Amino acid sequence: MSGTLEELPRLLALVPYLLTRPGIAFATAAADFGITEDRLRKDLNLLWVCGLPGHYPGDLIEIDFEGDTITLSDPQGVVRPLRLSVDEALALVVALRTLAETPGLADPEPVLRALAKVEAAAGTAAAPADRVAVALEGEGTVLPLVREALARHKVLRLVYWTAGRDETTERDVDPVRLLVVEGSSYLEGWCRRAEGMRVFHLGRVQALKVLDEDAAPPPDAPSRDLSQGLFQPAPGDTVVRLALEPGAAWVADFYPCDAVEELGDGRQVVTLRTSGTAWVRRLALSLGASGRVLEPAWLAQRVREDARSALAAYSDR
Amino acid sequence: MAAKKTERLLNLVICLLATRRYLTVQQIREAVPGYGAGEGPAQEEAFRRMFERDKEELRDLGIPLETGSNSGWDDEPGYRIAQRDYQLPEIALEPDEAAALGLAARLWQSAPLAGATGSALLKLRAAGIEPPESATGLEPRIGATEPAFESCLAGAVQGQVLRFDYRTAGRPAPEYRRVEPWGVVSWHGRWYLVAHDLTREATRVFRLSRITGPVTPEGPTGAVVIPDGSDLRAMVVESAGDTPTTTARVRVRTGSCWELRRTATTTVPDGEGWEVVELPYSDHRRFADRVAGYGADAVVLSPDEARQSVVRRLTALAEDTPAEVRS
Repeated sequence: MSGTLEELPRLLALVPYLLTRPGIAFATAAADFGITEDRLRKDLNLLWVCGLPGHYPGDLIEIDFEGDTITLSDPQGVVRPLRLSVDEALALVVALRTLAETPGLADPEPVLRALAKVEAAAGTAAAPADRVAVALEGEGTVLPLVREALARHKVLRLVYWTAGRDETTERDVDPVRLLVVEGSSYLEGWCRRAEGMRVFHLGRVQALKVLDEDAAPPPDAPSRDLSQGLFQPAPGDTVVRLALEPGAAWVADFYPCDAVEELGDGRQVVTLRTSGTAWVRRLALSLGASGRVLEPAWLAQRVREDARSALAAYSDR
Repeated sequence: MAAKKTERLLNLVICLLATRRYLTVQQIREAVPGYGAGEGPAQEEAFRRMFERDKEELRDLGIPLETGSNSGWDDEPGYRIAQRDYQLPEIALEPDEAAALGLAARLWQSAPLAGATGSALLKLRAAGIEPPESATGLEPRIGATEPAFESCLAGAVQGQVLRFDYRTAGRPAPEYRRVEPWGVVSWHGRWYLVAHDLTREATRVFRLSRITGPVTPEGPTGAVVIPDGSDLRAMVVESAGDTPTTTARVRVRTGSCWELRRTATTTVPDGEGWEVVELPYSDHRRFADRVAGYGADAVVLSPDEARQSVVRRLTALAEDTPAEVRS
């Protein structure tokens, strides 16, 4: 099959795009359209043999090349881009609404003005956007300070709770990115205490201050590639196998598992890899009879000991 | 060849945008290069089929192809594209509005909305808008990796009945569902379908990751009527049962259990190294799940049902002998 469904919309947008930008550089236009300069040249070669019926010289789309620049005159009626489709309007409208409704993520006032203009331009195509809603954890008090530190390149001082060890520490961080992934907000930055890049869950920040000190994350510090999700296994991780009763099936939805074996009747055995096992102990304790640690054996033993000492606390009170 | 076809379609769009009169298929064949000029019935048939496909493609792209007659005497209908229906209306954004749009455009990470954003931005650029590269270091992303996402979104947007198999926690096998979709909601990083379940005659919230196998649309589009004032997001939150109804008193070790403490309404010291916090909750089983995870660092004092729920969990684990897979 042909690529017409991609090519035609691009060409129909390219004509008014060039019309409003006489003398634009090849490289700029190609970058704006996300195509190579070679592809752009092919597009232009196609455009200038198209035009009104008759196809005499005066009927064709006229394009002049001068050095590295393009000037389009005579658009032959294609003066404006096509209206937004339902999918396009929905993608923009829902994204803008999400920004406006998530506390702290963006200044809501310009977002709402942009939203009103996009909705007006989309017309009836914007109506189905009501069928989609996104709720993000915003962290209204913390997020604006993180944004400020990023914009001004300042160091952040965090009082941060580490879930695995259930402890609170104070850390100075050179902020690099503010991420919203899988519904929650995170700060990625160079942790001066750990001397490494770390990702901090903003829901676990107890207190936060922007210091009057310029941030200087090491230029070669590696950013985490989050295209495959937030949790990624690393060599040296502990491999944990858990047996789950039907009531604990949510575990397989919630945690990234390497393998899920169905045992029938809704029972499962899941395999996951983790760098820290403290959270697995916590998870096993909370599952009670609906989940068992199968491997490693020492972890299963730790969970039993945790449960016994907790029960002792109950019999004391 | 693809380029030939793109060229033919572009010429067709230009031709139909330029005409005010409806053009018959024969007039279009003469005006637009690429349809072939052969006289015989075979060539005529080939042209008709080609034109039908072209019409479909233009409509799939959202190009408003109008059908009509120029006067009451014309018995053969013709085609045209009205500029007013075709053109994106004037839109101009202030720099801060364009920045907001640039940030919003980076939100969607998966098909089909990431692609739709890209093509929407091309149109807006073509209308003269220059969204900046986005504020440095700000990366909100929304994924939709659930295989059922695309068809559930389409069903909700088009208002079409959907059929699928759904796995419910605690049930051994997936169950068949037939629903009127009202909308899709992303909450805590997961997607849900809010729908009216036609078999159970009740509103239900489905987690997309639990839909097994294909989602099949059924019947006409536009068939779903959604009651006025339906708040999709509120329905998802409500289905999760997170509205507190009871308050527990829990003794927690100083400096620990911070995530529990976040929801505390009061905290009072209780001897050296301990505090008692009051925590609102809705379901004692789910509350016990949260507290039991902290082991000896959190002890439920009251109410008794929450306390017993935690003790049951701990007892099951304390008495457990080394586990084996029972199959």
